[in-house]
Amino acid sequence: MATLKLEIVTPEAKIFSEEVEMVTLPGSEGELGIFPLHIPYMTRLTHGEVHARRGAQNFFLAVGEGFVEITGEKVVILTDMAIRAENIDEARAEEARQRAEARLAEKLDAEEIARVNAALTHAATQLKVKRRGR
Amino acid sequence: MPSTRDIRRRIRSVKNTAQITKAMQMVASSKMRKAQLAALAGRPYAQQMNSMLADATAKAGDFTHPLMESRSGHRTAVILVSTDKGLCGALNSNLFREAGKLATESTVFVCAGKKGAQFITRTRRKLVAEFTYKDAPLFSEARALSRFVRELFLKGEVDRVDVLFTDFVSTLVQKPEWRTLLPVGVIKGVQAGVGPGESPAVLQNSGMEFQFEPTAQQVLGELLPHALNFEIYQILLEAKASEHSSRMVAMKNATDNAKQLIKDLTLEYNKLRQANITKELLEITTAQMALG
Repeated sequence: MATLKLEIVTPEAKIFSEEVEMVTLPGSEGELGIFPLHIPYMTRLTHGEVHARRGAQNFFLAVGEGFVEITGEKVVILTDMAIRAENIDEARAEEARQRAEARLAEKLDAEEIARVNAALTHAATQLKVKRRGR
Repeated sequence: MPSTRDIRRRIRSVKNTAQITKAMQMVASSKMRKAQLAALAGRPYAQQMNSMLADATAKAGDFTHPLMESRSGHRTAVILVSTDKGLCGALNSNLFREAGKLATESTVFVCAGKKGAQFITRTRRKLVAEFTYKDAPLFSEARALSRFVRELFLKGEVDRVDVLFTDFVSTLVQKPEWRTLLPVGVIKGVQAGVGPGESPAVLQNSGMEFQFEPTAQQVLGELLPHALNFEIYQILLEAKASEHSSRMVAMKNATDNAKQLIKDLTLEYNKLRQANITKELLEITTAQMALG
């Protein structure tokens, strides 16, 4: 079966680089399911879950905002956060979420609010991905 | 003529200094390795970003963005990327020599790192903001800095934004480097981190017809600020790598000098000690001869 190369890159590291048969990702205009030989396509990525499948193997990742470039044989995701579901530390994410929520209650300038909100969405996305199917 | 006790005391104090500089050298070298790795880890992202930008610009046609507008004014904002701590050789003074060449009236400074901010206030130049960045720079820190200068530019308070930072060439060589951040002008790739031997990131588009969602303009409009964020992030990484390398080399020199000094002092000490013994022996023998 034809495969796609899925690459997920953050500024800090290359998180994921493997041949997969199918990818589902959260585009800005809605969820996208991508199979090999997809038309060349470029869009924005929003917070959510990337799901890739190869045979019986499933990969789940939590991703932040970013961009996606899709060609027939390759899917490249550039994002500010990407973390594999199995690497998500639930306790830490929950703690981060609570901390962010507490910070939001304080008086902050716009820049701070944006940063805290980003942290909050990151934590919430991680929790969502970790707790899926439970 | 110093007494043997004075020399012993000096040797001890130099030894202590050598120990401290040695420790700082160790710390700096481990941080340097990390910083260099981080700079390397950013490369794949830079490459992907460049190819995306290329594809997007090829498709978007005569796309313009407020960030690309070039104006005739001379008001400049300079992002001065320096270090937080001293003891890193000539790194900061080289940077400040470059910064000192600028006209004071039309230039405002945005500093990353404490030393730069101190220099700007000391020389009575205009400082509009000071940002901090950690030993391992975070993307959010770069984003905050980038957003600040973008707003400065979009509000029309300045006509261009330059960055002055230390480019990491190798462990032994770091040089102050200018880069124009805004206006973007022709869209080019992320430049930081491309070594002198390699060709500057030429934008290669893959020649494929991409579909964009929602539109090419919108995707590009978001990609552009993001590319700037990333450029600043990469610059921070380079600056950190330079800082730690420079500190390591400076501390190594300090340790070597201290060792040499200890050697010289020990020699002098031994000479003096020997002279004292000879003198004492002479005294004893003359005393005996006088008695005998």
